[in-house]
Order: sequence, then C-alpha cells, then structure tokens
Amino acid sequence: MLQTNLEHVTSKEHLQQIIESNEKVAVCCGRMGPMCIPVYEVFEVFGEKYPDIKFMDMEFDNPEAAVIRSLPECSTFRGLPFTVYYRNGKVVKATTSIQNAKQIKEVIEEVLS
Amino acid sequence: MSHHFDLIIIGAGPAGLAAAIYASRAAIKTLVIDESSAGGQVKTTHQVANYPGFIEPVSGHQLASNMKKQAEKYGTKFELAAEITDLNLVGAEKWVKADGETYTAKQIIISTGSSPRLLNVPGEKEFKGGGISYCATCDGEFYTGKDIVVVGGGNSAMEESLLLLQFVNSITVIHQFDALQAEKVTAEKMIQNPKVNILWSHEPRGFEKNGERMIITAENLKTKEMVTIERDGVFIFVGMLPNVDALKNTPLEFSKYGYIVTNENMETNIEGVYAAGDVRDKKYRQIATAVGDGTVASLEVIRKM
Repeated sequence: MLQTNLEHVTSKEHLQQIIESNEKVAVCCGRMGPMCIPVYEVFEVFGEKYPDIKFMDMEFDNPEAAVIRSLPECSTFRGLPFTVYYRNGKVVKATTSIQNAKQIKEVIEEVLS
Repeated sequence: MSHHFDLIIIGAGPAGLAAAIYASRAAIKTLVIDESSAGGQVKTTHQVANYPGFIEPVSGHQLASNMKKQAEKYGTKFELAAEITDLNLVGAEKWVKADGETYTAKQIIISTGSSPRLLNVPGEKEFKGGGISYCATCDGEFYTGKDIVVVGGGNSAMEESLLLLQFVNSITVIHQFDALQAEKVTAEKMIQNPKVNILWSHEPRGFEKNGERMIITAENLKTKEMVTIERDGVFIFVGMLPNVDALKNTPLEFSKYGYIVTNENMETNIEGVYAAGDVRDKKYRQIATAVGDGTVASLEVIRKM
C-alpha cells in the first residue's frame, strides 16, 4: 500500500469508474521510491491548487496496475513512476520517471487546462 | 497580492524545517516556500538509520512528514510546489515572488539543498525514463538480464551498481578518472566482478537510441578519441549540485563549487540573509548537520528580532 494522502486506484474497474465520472484525472503509478515520492507529494499539493482535477496514485506492483503498465503510451517506459493524464475518459498524456512541480504544471497546462 | 512574514525560509528540507520549528515556537511569523514538496532529499531516502532518536531505522518519507507536521503544529505556513520567479535579498525589506504572489520579510533563510547533478549532454533529458535512469532501486528491474552503462565512479555510483548487478547481465562503467573514487571495499567489489567492465578516463558526450537500445558516445579524455557503445540502458550517478539557480542574480557570495558561503552563525554576506543545510559551503552534508544548521540560523534570527 502506498503511504500517501492521495486516493488510491485499486483496480481496473475503479480506474474506469473514476475516469468516467471525472473530466480530468491524473494517476501516478509507482512505488514508495525516490523517483515516485516527489511526484505523489506534488500531486497532494496540486489537489488543492487544481480542484477540477482528480489526482490519484496506484501501486505499481498491484497486478491490477496492468491497466496503466500495458497502455500503449507507456510501452517504452523504463523509469518509475508512470504518470498518466486522462481527459474525458481518454489518455491525453503519459510521462515516465520523476517530474518536478514545474514539469507537472506544464503538462497540466498543456492537456488539462 | 502581498503577504508579510517575519521570516521567509526558502527550502523545506531538514534545515528549513528545523529552522521553521524553532522560529515558530518563538512566535515568529514564518513562511516556508519550496518549489517541490516538504522534506528535501530525506523524503526520498528509503531508510534513515543514523538520525538520533530512532532505535530502528525510520523511513525518510515518515521523518520528513513528521518534521513538516511539527512545524505546522507551531504555526509555520507553507507554500509548496510554488515556482519562485523573482526575489530580492537586499535591504531591510526582502521579498520573494512565487506563483503570482509576493511574500515579504525582514529575514530570509536559504535552505534549498542540493540535487543530483545532470551530465547535460544531448539526449539525456529526452531519454530520461526511456533508457536513462538515476535510481537503481526504482528502475533496476526494467533491465533484468540486460547490458547497461553506469556513469560515475564515486560511492553512490558504485553502491547503486552493486544493487544493479542483482538484475543485469553486465555493467560498463564510464568514469572520468583512472581510478574509482568510491570507498576501497566497494570499489574492489566492482573491479573484481566478472560482469563489470570499466572505461577509464572517459566522459559521455551524448545519447541516442537505436530501437530499444541506447547508443552512448564517450570521449577518451587522454587521447580525445570518441568511442560509441550500444547497451540497453544507462544509469547516471555523478554527484550533487547546490540548488542555487534562483539565487544566481543576487549578490550572495558563493564558493568555487557554487555553494553559499556563511560564517558559523549561518550568516551570508548579505545582512538578514542566512544559509543552512546542503546548500551551504561546508564539509559534511547529513540530515543531522542540516538540522543543526537550520537551528543555528533560526536562533540567530530569533536573537536579532
């Protein structure tokens, strides 16, 4: 279990329900490692700054995380975390490895603003 | 919009959080600004075993979280994940602009820490997470049975390499010197491992991709000859750099390695501006020394106010 204050995605069905009921969703899929923790924490802060976006996380080693790991957008990724942005139920952006607040903000402005 | 505080602390690592705890307990109106989240490098440290007060190792994430909550408990305000666009350290009234807001104070503590150094060669940023990594524990398993390059020869590089050897088929170390800088025991383990090959006196000059594989161009620093090798991935561990980008246009005095120069009271060359933690020019960079720096800086602020 990830030790974050974010809401956790627990299954494929859970993710589907989230992206169907929220226009803008960002999911950070990783572990409690040094590349992932900074992204979770920026997500926690951004959850207050961007109330129209649903920021969540998902444990990479959960078999259900195949819903993220097997996305075509993540097929060449070899760095945790895999961060996926959804809009109207569709993937609009995916990033790999650590991202700082400025980089995440740029992605949000690019695809979720 | 402008917001006034008695003290602004730039950087929410252990030094900044220790300073915040002391200042807030002394009823000093304190703001901590950080371009990331609270905790600095500690929050990404798996286990901390050398910080006093914890008989069993504590997770860095937990330790950082506790420090932030302790500061909040005493009234510290936080502006996290805030992009600092401008600041003025000179004069009686100092200010910091972040995310469109202006924050003013008479005293500032800089505790921005340090970050892993990048090589800054072509292809490094483009292939981050897609062939280039900076963390063995995070990304090592993506390279199970593969052939990789490790750039660097210091303690971090060699310790991370020993971890990577549990996954990979082979490691080619690219190192700029003709001897490893890591501690002897660690260096010997690497040199004697049959899966390890070392390119001495070489530096990477660029990265490209050939399908799924990485093409690494490296220069022999002695002969200036360029060599090209193809591997499945690259891990880079080439030391740390102080986080001073936002401070470059200020009159702060920096050491030749880019760290902020202070006296033993953490005072910089600018009145009312202090530096604490890893960003300060000093010999030892540990959580405990950062906390000590932050404490001293804060006590100086309290004494002067």
